[in-house]
Amino acid sequence: MELCPLIKNILLLDSEGKRVAVKYYSDDWPTNSAKEAFEKTVFTKTQKTSARNEAEITMFDDYVVVYKFVQDLHFFVTGGENENEIILASVLQGFFDAVGFILRGTVDKREVLENLDLVFLCLDEIVDGGIVLETDANVIAGKVASHSTDDGAPLSEQTITQALATARERLARSLLT
Amino acid sequence: MAQPLVKKDDDRDDEADYSPFLGIEKGAVLQEARVFNDPQLDPRRCSQVITKLLYLLNQGETFTKVEATEVFFAVTKLFQSKDIGLRRMVYVMIKELSPSADEVIIVTSSLMKDMTSKTDMYRANAIRVLCRITDGTLLTQIERYLKQAIVDKNPVVASAALVSGIHLLQTNPEIVKRWSNEVQEAVQSRAALVQFHALALLHQIRQNDRLAVNKLVSSLTKGSVRSPLAQCLLIRYTSQVIRESANTQAGDRPFYDFLEGCLRHKAEMVIFEAARAITELNGVTTRELTPAITVLQLFLSSSKPVLRFAAVRTLNKVAMTHPMAVTNCNIDMESLISDQNRSIATLAITTLLKTGNESSVDRLMKQITNFMSDIADEFKIVVVEAIRSLCLKFPLKHRSLMNFLSNILREEGGFDYKKAIVDSIVILIRDIPEAKETGLLHLCEFIEDCEFTYLSTQILHFLGIEGPKTSDPSKYIRYIYNRVHLENATVRAAAVSTLAKFGAMVDTLKPRIFVLLRRCLFDNDDEVRDRATLYLNTLGGDGAVVQTGEDVKEFLFGSLDIPLVNLENSLKNYEPSEESFDIYSVPREVKTQPLAEKKAPGKKPTGLGAPPAGPPSTVDAYEKLLSSIPEFANFGKLFKSSAPVELTEAETEYAVNVVKHIFDGHVVFQYNCTNTIPEQLLENVTVIVDASEAEEFAEVASKPLRSLPYDSPGQTFVAFEKPEGIPAVGKFSNMLRFIVKEVDPSTGEAEDDGVEDEYQLEELEVVAADYILKVGVSNFRNAWESMGADCERIDEYGLGPRESLAEAVNAVIDLLGMQPCEGTEVVPNNSRSHTCLLSGVYIGNVKVLVRLQFGLDGPKDVAMKLAVRSEDEAVSDAIHEIVASG
Repeated sequence: MELCPLIKNILLLDSEGKRVAVKYYSDDWPTNSAKEAFEKTVFTKTQKTSARNEAEITMFDDYVVVYKFVQDLHFFVTGGENENEIILASVLQGFFDAVGFILRGTVDKREVLENLDLVFLCLDEIVDGGIVLETDANVIAGKVASHSTDDGAPLSEQTITQALATARERLARSLLT
Repeated sequence: MAQPLVKKDDDRDDEADYSPFLGIEKGAVLQEARVFNDPQLDPRRCSQVITKLLYLLNQGETFTKVEATEVFFAVTKLFQSKDIGLRRMVYVMIKELSPSADEVIIVTSSLMKDMTSKTDMYRANAIRVLCRITDGTLLTQIERYLKQAIVDKNPVVASAALVSGIHLLQTNPEIVKRWSNEVQEAVQSRAALVQFHALALLHQIRQNDRLAVNKLVSSLTKGSVRSPLAQCLLIRYTSQVIRESANTQAGDRPFYDFLEGCLRHKAEMVIFEAARAITELNGVTTRELTPAITVLQLFLSSSKPVLRFAAVRTLNKVAMTHPMAVTNCNIDMESLISDQNRSIATLAITTLLKTGNESSVDRLMKQITNFMSDIADEFKIVVVEAIRSLCLKFPLKHRSLMNFLSNILREEGGFDYKKAIVDSIVILIRDIPEAKETGLLHLCEFIEDCEFTYLSTQILHFLGIEGPKTSDPSKYIRYIYNRVHLENATVRAAAVSTLAKFGAMVDTLKPRIFVLLRRCLFDNDDEVRDRATLYLNTLGGDGAVVQTGEDVKEFLFGSLDIPLVNLENSLKNYEPSEESFDIYSVPREVKTQPLAEKKAPGKKPTGLGAPPAGPPSTVDAYEKLLSSIPEFANFGKLFKSSAPVELTEAETEYAVNVVKHIFDGHVVFQYNCTNTIPEQLLENVTVIVDASEAEEFAEVASKPLRSLPYDSPGQTFVAFEKPEGIPAVGKFSNMLRFIVKEVDPSTGEAEDDGVEDEYQLEELEVVAADYILKVGVSNFRNAWESMGADCERIDEYGLGPRESLAEAVNAVIDLLGMQPCEGTEVVPNNSRSHTCLLSGVYIGNVKVLVRLQFGLDGPKDVAMKLAVRSEDEAVSDAIHEIVASG
């Protein structure tokens, strides 16, 4: 286990540092207040940087954190101090792009909250218990958006077009309600 | 700096604050969850409710046991629905609820059905959920399906099974190990991530079999691993194999070619992993390093911050051991000083500081000065530490580096940053004699305007030691005396002590110091006045130019050989009475601090912070415990408590260890017992001790333990009398005797009738080392000289054939139970002789110092010369006796 690349957590915070969706895979933060304290540190340490084009990176308290911002959303992926930074960045990019696909490019806090179920599924498909499951955003989004496909259709045949179609349908539905 | 906030108009503001979860409440959502029980399920509505529940959990809300159970049962109803989207949410929800064992049974059949479904997505997710919540018993039932799933043609299903296998290996290794064949097949999969997961699992199954890992690595490094993640894993496994085989093979390093080949891989993560692996090879040569450094250098100018960071962090580490290899990157590093990402800039600077040569120091310092103003304190500290080591490396440059430190000392900054600077200056003063006078003046200027009491007092203390030894001590007096006027009471008191030290060491200054100290007698703080009075009296001579007595100097400068925590506790316990406080009654045992769980790197105590506050001692806890027992109250002062000695094997029914408490005329054994059987309650627990092999001991009291329930430790005591002040030794055999009562595990109630039973424990010995306290001295040579040769005893011993010199040294240290001084317990490799210094306090409060000289006599025979000095001949003889009989 110690040689396998491990993800400690994936965080999605808003522009005030509040939790939108988070997933912890490590026991380093046993209580909710420990988690909140970590989120606060991460947020304040990265707040003043611009991570809108390329993913940025920082290191503190023996953790390496890669992050990327868009609109009023801050995406973070945390690993141990000896983790390969580029692997962490690929997980971040996978999550970031998958959310982008699912939300058809309109990625902001409101849109994420409207589709929070899909974002949770997204987190569930990227990492399992700290181990990287998938980093390809197309595949992640495809798995998440597999709602409309028929029973028995293999996942590999799903395309991003289908994913987008589903997302579009969901958006329409949410507008109608 | 770009502000991440989106500019918002007022009317957009309301919109942005809108959230579908606004005003959400746990109680209401739990009510809503009743729709799960509807006969006609509405999948969309159910999905929404689950999302709300997940949202609550994600925000840190917790469900009570009852609520969780209720939700769980309701959620299981949703398996009836055929809606795929809803099923996905059900899977996630079950994982979040982590149901208990008896609840798991409810969903097992539904999940097992999904596991064999035709829908790949069902299979993959059901496997992940089931493996997450299951316990070992269920696993054998589903093992067959899991094995099939590992080789499933759908990669998502295979990955789900493999990753679950990795998790299950922690809890049920024997089952997962049976899947080796399937896993091995999966390693050959065409799907990238399946290969990655299979490789991770396969290695973990075989990790304890070195030969198998070797074979795995050598076959895969030849073939083509498709997935970059799997390739990274393979690099890690390869470096492990290289590490472990390093000692056995000579010549070319095995697998180096593979690592070097990976530097040309197309995935950046693989290139970096390989480069890092090469730089971390044991005893890596410059030739091996070069290609790795070259690719890292390319990363330095990448447009991606992550790549720049990864590269500069690795090069920074390389620079510690191979600074020359990194110098090629210096130009790229210098351009990184202005990097937007301050972590990268700081790493670049500190790397440059490590690789720079003497001629480049000045230029570098100029660049850093600009840089320092716009980074956070935490980065500044890193830079300060790097500058300190640079200065120690190039002492000739101390002037410009010291100047830099004093400049930044004057600028704004928090406590930790200021402390790092002060510590650095102090270390430079100690190690570079030429830097002393300027350094001290910098510190003096700093305390003229220092807002941190801690730093002021520490600097004053340091001035008191170093200042009098300079060529013109009088120039510091002004700075010190200013403190008496301008600062708070703590700093004033410290200043008074420092003045006194100048007075004691510099005879010509004494009259002036007297004048200053007299003025302090009118201070409005008690402590300041007390100190002034004390020093005026101890310095003596009434203000004339006379020499100060040695004992006064010892009083002012000598180290306190009592742990401060112990002193504090003793003073707290001291009740004002006719009898004055006796400093010799303070326990001197230094309890070693348990190693901190997480070591903070780079926070080694250095400089002023070096003497750590005394570790918390368990001695007081024991002392309190024992004095609360009336039978032992008149035994007097506790001399020493041993570390717990286990009397049972691990994982037996009853776990017992013993602590030996040594008093002057008594010994108390404290048996710490734990009952590890939930179905039993023990009552009237005693230990029957047979002391027939310990002639000088006679049992005087025993304190049974009334009741010992499951898993809550308790103590029983047995006390012995022994000849006063004499280090009597002996062997004791122990038998645990108790009344056992059955306990009904469901109600926790014990039956009324019990049965008497016994349980054999291991033997226990009181040895000579129990009568010696580990008490270190800071300067062994001084202590040795001042002890004198009056009670010295020297003799030589042959220790017979030994494994190694180090083993012999440790054996003698353990035998004597004394504190090794000045790191002499460490024996350098391959040395033929060694000197070890020990110090301790023998029962009766007699200081003992021991000098051990070891030499190899013939191939394995070790000879030892033992010199003992103490305040009492009899004690010196006793030490020899211990060694002679040990």
